[in-house]
Parts: sequence; C-alpha cells; structure tokens
Amino acid sequence: MDSRHKKISFRRNIPLIVKYIILSITLIIVLIPIIMIINGALKTRGEFLAHPYSLPIPPRWENFIEILKMNSFWRLVLNSFLVTSATTIGTVFICSMAAFATARIRFRGKNFVFNFLTLGLMFPVTIAILPVYLVVRQIGLIDNLWGVILVHTSFQLSFGVIILNNFFKSIPSEIQDASHIDGCSYFGFYWHILLRLSRPALASVAAIAAVFSWNDLMVPLVMLNSENLWTLPLGTMQFQGQYGTNWAMVGAFVTLSTIPAVILYLFIQRNLISGLTAGSIKG
Amino acid sequence: MNANIAKNNISRMSLVKNKFEKLKSRSTVLLFLLPAIVLFSIFLIYPIFRSVYYSLFDWKGFGPAVDFVGLGNFIRILTDEVFLKALVNGLIIVVFSLIIQLPLALMLALMVGRKLRGRGFFRTVFFMPYILSEVITAIMWILIFNADPKRGFLNAIITLIPGVKAQSWLGNTSLVLPAILVVLTWKYFGFHMLLYMAGLQNIPVETEEAAVIDGANRYQTITHVTIPLLAGTIRTSAYLSVLGSLQVFALVWIMTKGGPVNASELMSTYMYRFSFIRFELGYGSAVAIVMLLISLTISLLYRRFLVQPDYLG
Repeated sequence: MDSRHKKISFRRNIPLIVKYIILSITLIIVLIPIIMIINGALKTRGEFLAHPYSLPIPPRWENFIEILKMNSFWRLVLNSFLVTSATTIGTVFICSMAAFATARIRFRGKNFVFNFLTLGLMFPVTIAILPVYLVVRQIGLIDNLWGVILVHTSFQLSFGVIILNNFFKSIPSEIQDASHIDGCSYFGFYWHILLRLSRPALASVAAIAAVFSWNDLMVPLVMLNSENLWTLPLGTMQFQGQYGTNWAMVGAFVTLSTIPAVILYLFIQRNLISGLTAGSIKG
Repeated sequence: MNANIAKNNISRMSLVKNKFEKLKSRSTVLLFLLPAIVLFSIFLIYPIFRSVYYSLFDWKGFGPAVDFVGLGNFIRILTDEVFLKALVNGLIIVVFSLIIQLPLALMLALMVGRKLRGRGFFRTVFFMPYILSEVITAIMWILIFNADPKRGFLNAIITLIPGVKAQSWLGNTSLVLPAILVVLTWKYFGFHMLLYMAGLQNIPVETEEAAVIDGANRYQTITHVTIPLLAGTIRTSAYLSVLGSLQVFALVWIMTKGGPVNASELMSTYMYRFSFIRFELGYGSAVAIVMLLISLTISLLYRRFLVQPDYLG
C-alpha cells in the first residue's frame, strides 16, 4: 500500500522533475559565458593557457589589482557614472513634467503632443545615430559628455512619457481638485503631491534610463574622441581590442566593469521589471 | 437695477478672471512640456529632416554639401549586394526570433508558471543577460566561440565527440550567423520570458481551473486557454522583438565587424561603416533614412493591422 502510494506520487511528480531538468539546463547555458570569463580572470595568463577549464584554485587576484590600479579604469567608471546619473535625473524630470501636462491638464492639441512625444519609439538611437551625430556636431557638442547625456535623455523620453502618462492618469482627480482648492498651483501639485505619489513609476523610468545609458556603446563611440572622456562600454571595447589575446586580463576587466551593473540590477530589479512590463500585460 | 449692474460686473470680472486663468494654465502647460519638446525636436525630429536633405548629396562630411546626386544614393543602396545581404540577415534574425526565441521564452515562462518553487531565482538569472551590455556580451561570447579548443569552450565540448573537429565559429561564413543567433537568443530570451510571466500573472487562475474541471488536460488548457489569453502580451513581445532586431549593433560589430566577407552584415553595421569609417556621410544618411522608413513601416503596419501596442494605453 505504502509503496504504491509512493509510486503514484513519484509519477505525479514526473512533469515537475522534467521542468526542473529543462530549467536547470537553461540555467547552465545562461551562466556558462559568465562563469568562463570570471574563471579566466582568476588565473594568471600562463595558467589560463595551460589549464583553461580547471577551477581557479588558488584564485589569483593580480589581474583585478592591476586593473584597479589603472587610472584609466577609474576614469571610465567616473565618466559612465556621470553620464548615467545625469541621463537618469534628466529623464525622470523631463518625462514627469511632460507626462503631467498630457495626463492631468486639459488643453487643446493634447493628443497631438502626446503622439508627437511617443514618436521616439519608432526611431531607436541605433538607427538614428548618423542624423543625430550630424546635429550634435553642428551644435558643437562632439567630444563632450553633455552631448552624450542630451542624446541619451532624448531617446529615453518616449518610453518614459508613456509609462508616466499611464500612471499619472490612474491617480484620482479628487486629489488634484482638493489640492487646487487648498490653493496649490499646478506646479505645487506636481512637485509636492504627484511626484511623491508616483515613486514606483518614477523608479521604473529611472531604472530603464540608467540601464540603457550605462550599457550604450553607440552614442559614446560616435561622439567621444578623447580617451579621458570614454565611458565604460567604449573603454571595455578598446581594452579588448588591445589585450585581445590576454584573456585573463580581459576577463578581469569585463568582470570589474560588470559589477556596478549587476549591483544596480539587484537593487532595481523590481522597478526595472515593472517598468519593462508596464502595459504589455494587458489584453 | 443696482443689483443687475453688480451682477454684470461680477460676471465680467469672472470672465476676465477666467481668461486670466486660461492664459495662466496655457503657459503652465507650455512650461511643463517645453523641455521635452525642445530636446525631442533638436535631437530627434530636426536630425531626421536634415539627413533627408544630406541623403540627396554625395557628401564627405566637410564643408557644405554641394554634390547633388538626387536619388542616386538610394539607387546605389538598393542595388548594393552587401546592403541586400544585410537586409536578408536582418530578416533571418527576425524570423528566427519569432519562431525560436519567443516560443522558447513562452515555454519557459509557462514552465515556471505562477508558483513553481525557485520561480524568482530562475527569473533573476534568466533575465541577467539582458542587463549586461552588448559589449560585455560580445566579449564573453568571443571567448566561448574561440576557434582553439584550449580557449573556446564550445569547441572544447564538441571535440569531445570523436571525429568532430573544432570550428572557427566567427570566422566561417556559414557558421557566423547561426553563432550570432545563439548569442541574441541568450541575451534576449529572458526579457521576453519576463513579459510572458507578467502576462501570466494577469490571467486569473480560476479560468484555467475551470477548463480543467470541464475535462481539459494540461496540454489543452495551455493551448486553448492560457495562450489565447496571452495573445496581447505575445503581440507586444513580437513587436518589440522585430523592432529590437533592427537595433542590434555593438554585439555584431565587436564580434565580427559584419564579416567574414559580409556574412554577418546588418543594416546597422553597414550604416556605421559607411558613415563613420569611410565618412561617406551623404550615403550614410541615405542608409539611415532607409532604416528609419523600415522601422516606421513596421510600427505603422503593426498598429494598422494588429492592435495598438498595449503600452500605448
């Protein structure tokens, strides 16, 4: 009786076991490239050439230390940090202002303005890069971090305005009416009430803008010439080009340049996910 | 009489006040919209019109454009075999994404479902490649694809099978595109899986339970209940996937530069080469315009024939 019961529960669990097997295989495939690069980074160059697939025991930290000693590495981190934070802050403010107008104020031509601001969805920066480059050159912002920041911000606007517009619309109009009766101006309502009520949505927009700006290669590649202005993706690409065969060093560089992104990811995961899936789950 | 005048005055006053309010509200609207509209116009709209102009010239990027060639650049694009190759490669990526990557993501999302133990963990890890930059992804995979089995893990694995030789994955014209498809799938399936998981969360469990009570088996429930209910999410994900495949650049540029012999050329690498390496900016502008038109067409077709993308509200 007991063994029969066991048998049944085992058979019932077969789909579950198959699920876990498939998911685990996928997991391994996802992790292999990441593990390989870290594994290489923890070896000396000689060890890597002799035993590429053995475990890095004992781990060698020399590659990491050497890169952390490079001023150029810290310069890249700083530049990326500047570009990403300015883009993120700019995107959040500019998008929330525009979305406030399109979601909460009645005015003529509102639909037109909203549709205009969402045009950016059709023109991703990769496609529009040459036209944008020509204009940035005309303005004189080539080889200037502001050029990168302004372009990054501009190309995040559409997505941000859409997310925030939807979110702002969901806030009851009574709150706005009450604040007006209490003598709050439009700006007062936006600044003191709306932004405070919309923190999760703002965080989502910020997360998406930050990830985009931190990872983007195209804009810095085209717009920055001076090495001391390069951002991390650009610097990483050049480093790989230069040290291409020294995989231990390249691995350490890649690992170090990923750490900020991974930490950021673990912190903002929830906001990032809710932003990316906002709206796409209806219907 | 007096009361009437007073009433009139009041209504006139309120009219003035109303007008003033209107003006104030209008200027407020303008103020709130101004930064977005200015940035948008300078960095998105104006550049496109400017490039339309430049695309009519043979222009190296210095001095004014004077060498007017009319539609010459566009004719050159459409008759250039390399561009057509890039177009075909782009199509292959789109088709592959739609018939392999998305179903894979859907399958995994259904497996993880709503309550599988470890759901959050799988989601976090599968989504990880999406947040790694294309640069880092490319470098990681250059190592995996390395032609020397002592460095490239893929070759190390396949050479374990007797009789199988190491391949130069990124150096072989017939292997390079499949190799890139693998990397694209690796990087982006987690994103689509995430969308499906979120969509799944929105389907009430009761609907599926009702199907089961009515005698549907597991497979029937999925194909007849769950997937139809996910249709909106699937459409959005397909649209984002198509649009996304136009944007692949850094990944391919770093891994292969579009080679060998243009075997992995994409429109984006083609445009980059002509614009920023050969500095044929007139021609590059024309390529950019063609790409923009393709992107615009996809978006319009999607909105016209399918539905409005869900994220538009």
